[in-house]
Formats: sequence, structure tokens, C-alpha cells
Amino acid sequence: MIHSLFLINASGDIFLEKHWKSVVSRSVCDYFFEAQERATEPENVPPVIPTPHHYLISVLRHRIYFVAVIQSEVPPLFVIEFLHRVVDTFQDYFGVCTEAAIKDNVVVVYELLEEMLDNGFPLATESNILKELIKPPTILRTMVNTITGSTNVGEQLPTGQLSVVPWRRTGVKYTNNEAYFDVVEEIDAIIDKSGSTITAEIQGVIDACVKLTGMPDLTLSFMNPRLLDDVSFHPCVRFKRWEAERILSFIPPDGNFRLLSYHVSSQNLVAIPVYVKHNITFREGSSQGRFDLTLGPKQTMGKAVEAVLVSSQLPRGVLNANLNPSQGTYTFDPVTKLLTWDVGKINPQKLPNLKGTMNLQAGASKPDENPTINIQFKIQQMAISGLKVNRLDMYGEKYKPFKGIKYMTKAGKFQVRT
Amino acid sequence: MSTAALYNDQGAAEAAVEAGQETTPTSSSSGAAFGLFSTDFKKNEDLKEMLESNKESLKLEAMKRIVQLISKGKNASELFPAIVKNVASKNIELKKLVYVYLVRYAEEQQDLALLSISTFQRALKDPNQFIRASALRVLSSIRVPIIVPIMMLAIKEAAADLSPYVRKTSAHAIQKLHSLDPDQKEQLIEVIEKLLKDKSTLVAGSVVMAFEEVCPDRIDLIHKNYRKLCNLLVDVEEWGQVVIINMLTRYARTQFLNPNINESLLEEGSGGEKMFYGSDEDEDEDEKEKKAEAAAIAKRKPYVMDPDHRLLLRNTKPLLQSRNAAVVMAVAQLYFHLAPKAEVGVIAKALVRLLRSHSEVQFVVLQNVATMTIKRRGMFEPYLKSFYIRSTDPTQIKVLKLEVLTNLANETNISTILREFQTYIKSMDKDFVAATIQAIGRCATNIGEVRDTCLNGLVQLLSNRDELVVAESVVVIKKLLQMQPEKHSDIIKHMAKLTDNIQVPMARASILWLIGEYCEHVPRIAPDVLRKMAKSFTNEEDIVKLQIINLAAKLYLTNSKQTKLLTQYVLNLAKYDQNYDIRDRARFVRQLIVPTEKSGALSKYAKKLFLALKPAPVLESPFKDRDHFQLGSLSHLLNAKAGGYQELPEWPEAAPDPSVRNVEVFTLLERVTTLTSVPEWTKCSSREKRKEKKVEKPFYSDSEGESGPTESADSESDSASTTDSASASVSEESESGLESESEEESETEEEEEDKKEKKNQKKEPKKPVQESESEQSSEEEDRKPEKRSKKLKSDSESDSVEDEGSESESSPSESEDFESEAVVTKKKKAAESKPPSKSVRKEEKKEKKEMSLLDLDDFEPTPSPQVTPVNTLLSNSLATDLEGLSLSDSILSPATIIPSGALKNYELLHRITGEGLSVEYCFSRQPFSPDANMVAVQLQFTNNSTSDTKNLHMEDVRLQSGMRVKEFPEIELLPAGEMTSAVMGIDFCDSTQAANFQLCSHTKKFFVSIQPPVGELMRPVFLTENEFKKEQGQLMGMNEITEKLTLDVKCRNEHAIVQRVTTAANLSRVPCGSDKECSPPVPPPDYPVHRFAGRTVTSSSLVLVTVATREEGAAQLMVNCEKMVIGTMLVKDILLALTQ
Repeated sequence: MIHSLFLINASGDIFLEKHWKSVVSRSVCDYFFEAQERATEPENVPPVIPTPHHYLISVLRHRIYFVAVIQSEVPPLFVIEFLHRVVDTFQDYFGVCTEAAIKDNVVVVYELLEEMLDNGFPLATESNILKELIKPPTILRTMVNTITGSTNVGEQLPTGQLSVVPWRRTGVKYTNNEAYFDVVEEIDAIIDKSGSTITAEIQGVIDACVKLTGMPDLTLSFMNPRLLDDVSFHPCVRFKRWEAERILSFIPPDGNFRLLSYHVSSQNLVAIPVYVKHNITFREGSSQGRFDLTLGPKQTMGKAVEAVLVSSQLPRGVLNANLNPSQGTYTFDPVTKLLTWDVGKINPQKLPNLKGTMNLQAGASKPDENPTINIQFKIQQMAISGLKVNRLDMYGEKYKPFKGIKYMTKAGKFQVRT
Repeated sequence: MSTAALYNDQGAAEAAVEAGQETTPTSSSSGAAFGLFSTDFKKNEDLKEMLESNKESLKLEAMKRIVQLISKGKNASELFPAIVKNVASKNIELKKLVYVYLVRYAEEQQDLALLSISTFQRALKDPNQFIRASALRVLSSIRVPIIVPIMMLAIKEAAADLSPYVRKTSAHAIQKLHSLDPDQKEQLIEVIEKLLKDKSTLVAGSVVMAFEEVCPDRIDLIHKNYRKLCNLLVDVEEWGQVVIINMLTRYARTQFLNPNINESLLEEGSGGEKMFYGSDEDEDEDEKEKKAEAAAIAKRKPYVMDPDHRLLLRNTKPLLQSRNAAVVMAVAQLYFHLAPKAEVGVIAKALVRLLRSHSEVQFVVLQNVATMTIKRRGMFEPYLKSFYIRSTDPTQIKVLKLEVLTNLANETNISTILREFQTYIKSMDKDFVAATIQAIGRCATNIGEVRDTCLNGLVQLLSNRDELVVAESVVVIKKLLQMQPEKHSDIIKHMAKLTDNIQVPMARASILWLIGEYCEHVPRIAPDVLRKMAKSFTNEEDIVKLQIINLAAKLYLTNSKQTKLLTQYVLNLAKYDQNYDIRDRARFVRQLIVPTEKSGALSKYAKKLFLALKPAPVLESPFKDRDHFQLGSLSHLLNAKAGGYQELPEWPEAAPDPSVRNVEVFTLLERVTTLTSVPEWTKCSSREKRKEKKVEKPFYSDSEGESGPTESADSESDSASTTDSASASVSEESESGLESESEEESETEEEEEDKKEKKNQKKEPKKPVQESESEQSSEEEDRKPEKRSKKLKSDSESDSVEDEGSESESSPSESEDFESEAVVTKKKKAAESKPPSKSVRKEEKKEKKEMSLLDLDDFEPTPSPQVTPVNTLLSNSLATDLEGLSLSDSILSPATIIPSGALKNYELLHRITGEGLSVEYCFSRQPFSPDANMVAVQLQFTNNSTSDTKNLHMEDVRLQSGMRVKEFPEIELLPAGEMTSAVMGIDFCDSTQAANFQLCSHTKKFFVSIQPPVGELMRPVFLTENEFKKEQGQLMGMNEITEKLTLDVKCRNEHAIVQRVTTAANLSRVPCGSDKECSPPVPPPDYPVHRFAGRTVTSSSLVLVTVATREEGAAQLMVNCEKMVIGTMLVKDILLALTQ
């Protein structure tokens, strides 16, 4: 399946290679570079590139291209999904997945890749298993290792690997038993010129951080499970139980994991928490354009809209912008023409406003496109869909765990067309 | 050159080494790396020393640095001798790094690599399974041909290893050996065959992978393992799932019949595609014939789905919920290629969900969605808005989304789509704008209604400031005008004016062609354009020049008076052009159009040649017909066959023998392996064991754990057929019919065996009454589970009493159900003091039998004391899992939920009012998959008229607030005298308000309404008796309605009561109602209490119904429901059902 893997950084250097079968020459990446040149934007490089003898399947994460070399038919998503899993694992191990981090930990990276693939076929991708096989590097452990000569490679087959709960190892022990669940919802929306919603969807996830001793069996129930239109589970969730009772029943993995992601369909009306009043105009014949943007809260159920960040790609003709924010700071990059305005928190009494003029290239005609405004925001302690966790119960263990639930709403791909 | 300078510094030898490695021309950092390398190189000397030292830590340090070198692609092969010595090191990390090195360089240093082999051979015998496995991994990764025999031996041994992990590794090794030495294929297939039989979920994925690599055409190896693979699937790790699903898709294509056979044949005649792309209106005769033939075939031989086919579809469906995009895609393609048309819809939601993922995932998913939308447009229509484009999407995603939107466009949604396109045209991304214009063009060609609107829009774009936009519009307008040029001479004029401004060659060429083609419509302008073009001829691009020649020729033929000289001039210019194509063309044209003495016969036809009527272009999706590649595959993505791609076979004409998948002997020999490694589902052999190990119960397949997976399919089929014989009622087409037929087939084959079996049974000494024989045999089966499957088959077609026996064997839970029932019967018999006369007894027996069969239908797993494990939680989850199983299966569920009695049909449209079209509907009581809040309504259309009815669809739905309707997919064609059915969903909001809508055919409209009986507004839920009582306790007072009644004479036994109540309302029976063993005899045993439970569909409020019988047919009916209105109405309905 996966023959080789090359990691390529933003400047086009291959800084790591790993082969699972016979060695494939680096020159195969030339085809990739060619495609990269053709694509104007980094994300426009086609994920699958055919070459005379191989196929290159790549993903772009953290400005690093992970290029897998394939020799014969394989479902492309299989490779793509695997590569993303590799990146997730690196992130899990090193905190960040940057070129520097990978270079610093080459040996661990190699050990990991060796375990994750055998002859190009995924072997162990579950992070709990990997962590038993290869301990993540920490400063303390590195020091201990250098002194005592011990290693960070496990000697035994991970207990999880063979059991029916491969995602959990046995013998987990904690002094404080705690289980935290974060319900995070993202609103994807397209708002049109007049402020009406063209499409709006809610995508939610429940991320869990479970630190419980032994083999706890948890059930999580919702007040209104019918809201969830389409769900995908961590493998630990018992599917049939959900089908029958709409209850999440599972033996959790140890540590952080994504329990569930769900979709609230666009058929249910989605409450849009912010509105934008905008007036961006260019006049024919004038080298100046007007820019006026006001944000306001809407349907937030009394919660504050925080961490608001507005960004907009202004037309190419704009030379610079001379704006005046009523709060926060703005920047305009004259090269990329990207305007960003860090608003902060929206005060409903005094709405944030950004106003001023844009200077156009002299003699340039009025741009006929209007910029799209992308908005990011956060609302704490609220799930916009109204999803509520009813209760969390634990079976199978004696102690009483500490349980916590947090709700948050974020903007996903939230765009306002002007 | 800085690098050159560096080379000089380093000396020639190093330079040579370096030159050998630096193959990448673009590695701009080579300078920096080079600097590093120089130090590395020097240190390589001390690396050798470090490796030869005695200190482990030094060795480890050295190995780490070597790995670093390897990772950068540097050559470290000269260290091989020093490193290979450390292969036997005690230090695990060091050992692993040595392995990494070995695998990388063994191929280059074969002789030295052989030194390490003995170490691995020793490790293969290590007591630690981990070490055995890793030794095999490395051994098989060393690509040295000499060790092939050793590898073969090691693989064979490992395939029989006790540890499933080692067996998994051996499956991986098979592929490695095969790629190293293809001659070993035959031997390897033997190993694969053996491993395919393995029951561990760990091995399944890897061995199928090996199968795909080594012998993908040996489909016969799968037969016996097919059911096992299907049943294990949910518990296999995700990567294995992908491979297995893809393989099973191919398998199913060779073994089962096309579930859409009837529709697809009909489709060929006048399918949806034709509507969409069809420009050739004349439907030729033979096609019609074919259609009639197909219809005839369809009538003769109704399609029945193989239960194994159903098994596959059912077991893969939950995986749509997987977090792994590849698994979701694999299931989606399986459904697309294998599922009946009506069921494919479920995948849309999951695929749309994937669109939220990383952009690479989006890219692949959108490609596949684009292909699917061409074949099955309706599937994605509800998700139209999910494909709207955001300005932040990468261009390649935008273009794909556009493709999908275009494919989804139809008469109803085109206006929204066009409005959306209008915003796209203003985008800054010009490639995307160009694609949008193309898309508009395609919409315009496909949907006649909007052609003019689109054209006008495009004409407006002609005044756009961006040249690319204008050019693209011109090209598209040209194609559109070609369809109906007469109407649009003003547009042609407008475009002629544009020639002064537009510089993009393609656009100029298009305009010129258009003017030339339709010069009769613009007689004044055309010569003028030619004049201007003649002036600028020499400066034009080639493609434009060719069109100028073209224009000149056409004008010369139509209007030679005005243009003769101009044409001569242009042809003369062209004669001396640099491009030979243009020179050729000029010469050719001159000979053709200018009459000379020499000119041949052809010149007579010049006008015909040049001004022939050209067919309008068909703007097709590039994704058309891509589905001949298996979706989700690399080949599909590239639209070219990738190496190693296995063609998706066409459906067979006649189904191959289904009995090949029957597993004859079900070995229950448990492997004594480590505690955790026991394949879960073999545990059903002994109950005690299961109890001990219940902690490791598999997650999804609890139910499978209860009944051997190889049998589950059979058992279900049996239960279904029993249902048939018992109540002869379930009107559902596919399943029941199918099963009986498939059974018949297998009957003949196994008749012999059957006879033997019967003989054996006769030989058995103790033969009491028939009834207890079945009971006895079932008990016996429990004791001798090895015999199970054999018996199962033989019993299934013996007489009905034995049928019961087979029923009870098929799954323990069921068997217990039956057993307990049998015990009840026995006790009842005992209770009767006077032995009645034989005939009476016989009759009674029959009745009893019926009752017990009925209870089996209900399929609620009775938590009888035998099965209840110590831990109640688990037993609960078990019960719910079983319930989930029955609920999740939409087709089988009617057999389990609906007890008996045909579904009541209601009339929607009478034959007379419908002018020949009659429509009936019934509440199918199946979960409506697109929306669980909806009630599924099955509509049955009958065309009694003499003409075909086309385009049956719904319109103008008028509903009470809150209600929603999911329309049934449009029925393209209903031939005269034919029947068809469709399913729609209505969310009644728990009210009995009618849903009014118009039923439209291509000619007529009828106002119709569907009003649900209150009993259909609920779905059954499973409650135990205790749960029931608890819930009932909470629904007292206002929520409780009690009514006294006298039961109808025919309705005094349990069977009748249950049947009538469940017919009146979609409820499920609460078990144990009359079972004296379970609950203390609170109600007097002679007067049983029947309990039923359900939930309303929309709000999920509980509905509890209790029927307590008293003497003389008196009874009390109690309904507890939070919704009082529903409660009251339900009481009335049930009352009516019980008293009439």
C-alpha cells in the first residue's frame, strides 16, 4: 500500500523520508514540485498526482506536505486519512507538528512510523497503543533515560492491542478520578448581502478528557438527543445502544479523545449569534473607497460574544486602508490585501465599528467584486443548538468520579457576503 | 556556485558521494545540509567506534544518529557490518533501531544481511508473542531472495501461532514474500486460505489485504468465510474494515443478483438520465421493445434478495457512523454499487458530513459525490446547500462543488442555484468564475425553462470588465445559441461588436464561427466583420486565423457578391502564413469554393459541406460514466485504470448457487490462548465461560456473540419463514418471499442429508409426543452445539414442529424464549386435571403452538433467569443491543415488530377520481431512515388506465404548523396496468391532522390527504415489565385513562388480544406479562395482563397500554400517556379493535 513517505516543508525541501518497501528515489517528488508550481495557492496542490510509475498522495498540515508514494490501486481516502492520523499522532507526541519538532525527534518519529505501518499497511494507529509502545518524549524522561540508560520503547505488547477494547489499556490508575466533557459547536453559515441566512449548519463535537481508574463503563445521555441529525462516534461508543435508546454508552479511552461529532441539520433553524452591518463601496472614477463595518450581537441568549476576529480579503486594487476602529486593533497587509480586525468582546451597549477609507491604485477602475467578510467568535457556556447533556453515569467501578461539562459555541466557516 | 566551492573544500571523494545522493534538483537547502553533512561524514568514523564499544548507551547514541542520517536520505550503508552485530542486543530500543537499519539496507548488502537471519529464527521461537511477531516482521521485510524458503517456513508456522497478533503479522508477511518472489503464490494461497478461516478480528483485515494482493481472483476462497467476515466487520480495526468492505463489494457483485434489475432495465428506456441529458428525443423502437421485454421479465420473475446480500448491507450500515473517512467512503461505495435504489439514500448524510473534514478528504469525497449525483440525483438534493461555495475554499474544491451543484440542478431548484451562481461570478478567483460560467451553460442546456434567463445573464457578462469572464461567456453563449439560433440574432449582433475589444483568442474564434455559421441571420454585419478581420489577419492567433478562413468561405458561398474580393485577400494572406495548418486550410478552401475548370465534383457540394446543419453540442459532466470504476478507488479519482485495480464485475445474469456459503461444521474448539485473545464469539459455546469473561464482551456484536455468526443469517431467515407460516400475513414483499425461496433451493440439495438426519432421529430411543420431541431436541442441541449448524439446516425444512426445534437452536436467547414458553405449555397441560380426548388435545396443541410462535415473532428477548448474568447492567445492554439489531434493520423489522395481520391499506385516490390512477397507502411501520421523526407511509400506485402515467410527484404540500413532509422520489414512468410503490415520510407532530397535498402526474393533479390513525403515530419501544411499571407509576392522574370493556368472543385468548392491539397501534409487547416464573403472581394466573409500550414518533412521549382480562371476557383497558389527546384517541381505537 503505502510505499514511502516524504515530508516536504514550505520552501520545498524534503526533510524526512521513510520507506516501508524498497527505496523509492527522492526524484519522484519532482512531479509533486511541478504540481506545486502550477498551483497558485499551497492548498491547491491536487491531493493525488499520478506519475509514470507511482502515485503521490499528499496532505498539507501545518505548512508541511506529507507525501505518500503509492504503487498500485488503493482507496485514496485510506491514505489521506492515514496521513492525517500520522500528523495527529505527531501533534499528540510533540505538542506541535512543525519541521523543527519533527527534526528534533527524528528517532521517535521513525519508531512511530515503524509501528504505524507494516509493509505499508496500517498496524497500530490508536494513540493509546502507540503510547505504550513508544513513550512520548518529555524533558524528565529524556534526562532519566540519559542517566539510567533506560529507553522509551515498551518491551511488552500493549495490553489494549489484543483485547476487545483496543483503545484502552489495563491497569490505569489515578488519584483524582475525573471526567470532563467539552461540547463545542461550530456554526457554518453564509449570510448574504441583505443579512439573510443562505445556509447555516451546526457542527458539534464532544471532546472528552477522561482520567478514570480501572475499566469504567460510562453512559452519557442527552436531554434532547433528537437534535443530533448525523453522528459519528469514537469506536468505543456502543452503536446499538445509541440506535435504540439514544444514549452514549462506552468504555472510554484513557486521556483526551473525541467522543462524538455530530451535525445539526439545516432544517432546524439555526440561531445566528452575530449580525454585521456593512457598507463597503467603491465609486467609479474615484480612487477612494468607503469602508464601514458594525458588528452586533443577535440571538445569544444573554451570553457575551467574545474573541471576535473579523478578516476580509480586499480587492486587489486596494493599495492601503485608512480605518478607525471603535475598539480593538486592525491590520491591513498591503501585499496579500488581507484586512484583519481583532475586535475582542462585543459590548451590546456600544457596538464595535470599523470605519474609514480605502485607497485604490490611481487610475484603476472600480473593482467589481465585493470582499467577503469572515468572522470568528466564541460564546462560552452555551451550545447554540440547545443540546444539553442530561447526565453521566459510571458503572463497573466503585469510586465516585468528578464530572464536568462545558459548553462552547464557535464560529466555523462563518461568512458574510457583501 | 557556492555548492561547487564547497565541493572543492570537501575533496573529490566526498563530492562523488554527495553527488550520488543529491538527486533532488530543488533541494535549495543543500548548501546548509551540505555543511552539516561534512561534520556527519567525519563523525561516521567515530560512529563505527561507538558501535563496537561495549557500552549500550554509546551504541544507542550511534544508532540514533544513524537513523537521523537515514531519515535525511543519506547513505549509511558502509556501517552495515558494524551494525548487524547488534541485532541480538538485549536493549529493546537499540534492537528496534537496528531493525530499522536492517530493513533499509539489507537489500543492498545481502551477504552481510544473512548474518542476522539466525537471530531472527531464534526469536521466532521466543515465548513472548511480541518478540515473535517483530522477528517475523523484520525477517519478512528483508528483501533477500535467498531466504525465501526460510520466510515461507516462518510464515507457515506463524499462521498457526496461538497469538492472533503473530498470526496478523504472518498475514502481512505473506504480501512481502509474494512481492519478493511471486513463484511462491500457490503455497501462499494455502496459508491465506487457512488464515481466512481465522476467527480473530485482529487477523481478518490483514488476511483480506493479503488476499487482495496475492490472489484477488480466487473468489472461491471467500465463500465459506463470507458470513463470518460480515459478522466480524464491526469489530475489525478501521483500516481492515476498508479493505474487507472493498473486497466484499466485488464479491457481492459476482454472487448476487442486481437488486435494481427491474428498475435499471426500465430506466434504460426513459430513465432520469435521459431527461437530463437527453437531446435525442426519438426513442427508437427496439429500445421500447427491450423495455417491454424487461417489464415482462420483471413480471415473470420477481426479484428476491439473497439473505447474504442483505446481511452484508445490514452489517455495513452502522459503519457509516465511523470517524474514519475511508471507512465511511467504503460503505458508501458499497451501498452505491450493491444496495437497492431505495436504500442508497442513507449514505448521502454521511458523505455530506465528510465535507467538514480536511480539504484533501473533501476533494476525494466531492469527486465521488459528483459521480453519484449523475446516477442518483435525488439522493443529494436535500443537501443542496451543503455544497454552496465559500470564498475561502481552495479552487479545486470550489470547482468540484460547482460540478455537484450543476448535477443537482433541476426545474425546482434552478432559481436558487442560479442566484447562488450570480454571487460566484463576482468572485476574485478567476478560474472559479470561468468554471461558474461553464456551469451556467450546462444548466441552461439541461433545463429548457431557464435557457433564456441564463442566456440573458451571460450576455450581461459580456460587458464585464474582466476579459477572461467575457471570453468564457462568449464560448458558452456560442454553445447555447447553437441550440436555437433563429431567436437570437440580436445577441449575435451584440457579439459581433465585441470583436473590437475581446482579445482572448478562443473567444474571438467563437464569435467568428458564430457569425459565419449564422451569417444569414446577420447579413449586413457579417461582411463587415470579415473586412475588419482581414485587416488584422496577420496579427491574429492561429485558432482565430482558421476561423477567419472559415468565415470567409461561408460568406463567399452565401454572399459572394460582397465578399469575393475579401475572401481572395484572406486566402492569399493565409497562403503565406507560417503555420502549415493554416496554409493547408487555405489551399483546401480555395479549391473547394472557388470554381475553376480543374475543380472536381466536390465544389458543387461546397455549400452543403460548409453550411451543413451542425448538431447542438451536448454539455456533459466530466463525471458521466465514471461509475464504471469502483467508487472511492484511486482509478475512479484519476478516471484511469491504476495498476492493480480490480474491475468491478457486472452483475451475474442468474444467481450463482447460494449454498456455497453455508458452513457445514461449526467448530467450537476453543483455542486455549491468552485470556484476552480468545475470539469473542466462540464463547457462546459455554455459558459459564461467557459469564467469566463478560467484561471483554465485544462492543457491537453482543448479539452475534449470542448466536454463532455463521448461523445468524439462517436463523433470521427461519424466523421470517416461521412468521409466514404462523400468521401468513406479513405483506412485505422482499424478505419473506425471498427466504422461502432460498430455502426451497437449499432444500433439494440437502434433502439427502435431511433424510439421514431424520433416520438418526428415529433411531433415538426416547420418542415421546411430537411436541416434546422438539423441546428435547432443542435441549439436546444446547448440549451438543457442535452439531448445531448441521441440524439447523436439516431441521429447517422438516415439518413444522421440527421447525420449532430449529428455531430454538438458532440462537440461545430465542431458544430460551421458546423453552420457557414450552414449559408454560407443559404446566398448563399439567394444570388441566382431566386428560381431554385426543382430538381436543390436538386442537389445543395447535393453538398453543400458534401462541408460542407468535411470541417468537415478538422477538423481545425475555430476560429469563437463565440468561441474566450477575451484572444487570450488562444484561440490559445485551437486551438493548438485541433490540437495536432488530430495529436497525429496516427490512426485517416488519417481521419482528408487526405481529400479524396484513397492514391496513387506506385509499388515497380512487380509480375513478384518479382517472385510472389509483393510489393506496399504508403505514409500513418501518423506521423512516431519512428522518427518524417521520412516519413512513408506503404508497402504492396502480395505473388502471390504458396510457402511461409519467412524472408522478407531489406538489403544494399544505400542512399544519410544525408538520413536515419528506416527499417520495418522483416516479418517472408508470406504464399502463403496472403497479409501483414509493415511500414518503410525514412528521405528523403527534397529531392526527391530515397532510394535504397534490399528487401530480404529467397531465393531471389530484388533491389528496393522508390522515393517520392515532396508533400509527408511535413506534414500539422495548421495556421490561419492571421498567414498564415504573414508567406507569409516573404517568398517573390526568395522564391515565381507564376503560372497562367486554372482549369480543373471538378475542379472548392471548394471541388474539395481542394481535388486535398491535394491529390497532404500533406498539410492542412487554414480555413476561403472563409468565409466572418471572414475576410473583400478582395478577391471578388465569387472567393474564397484557402490556404494550411505545413512544410517539415526534416527541418521544411514552405510550403505555395495559389490557387486564377478567372472567367472562370482561377486561380493563388502561392507557398511560403524557399526551392526553393521543391517550384518549388511542383508548377509543383499541376499544374498538378489541370489542369488534
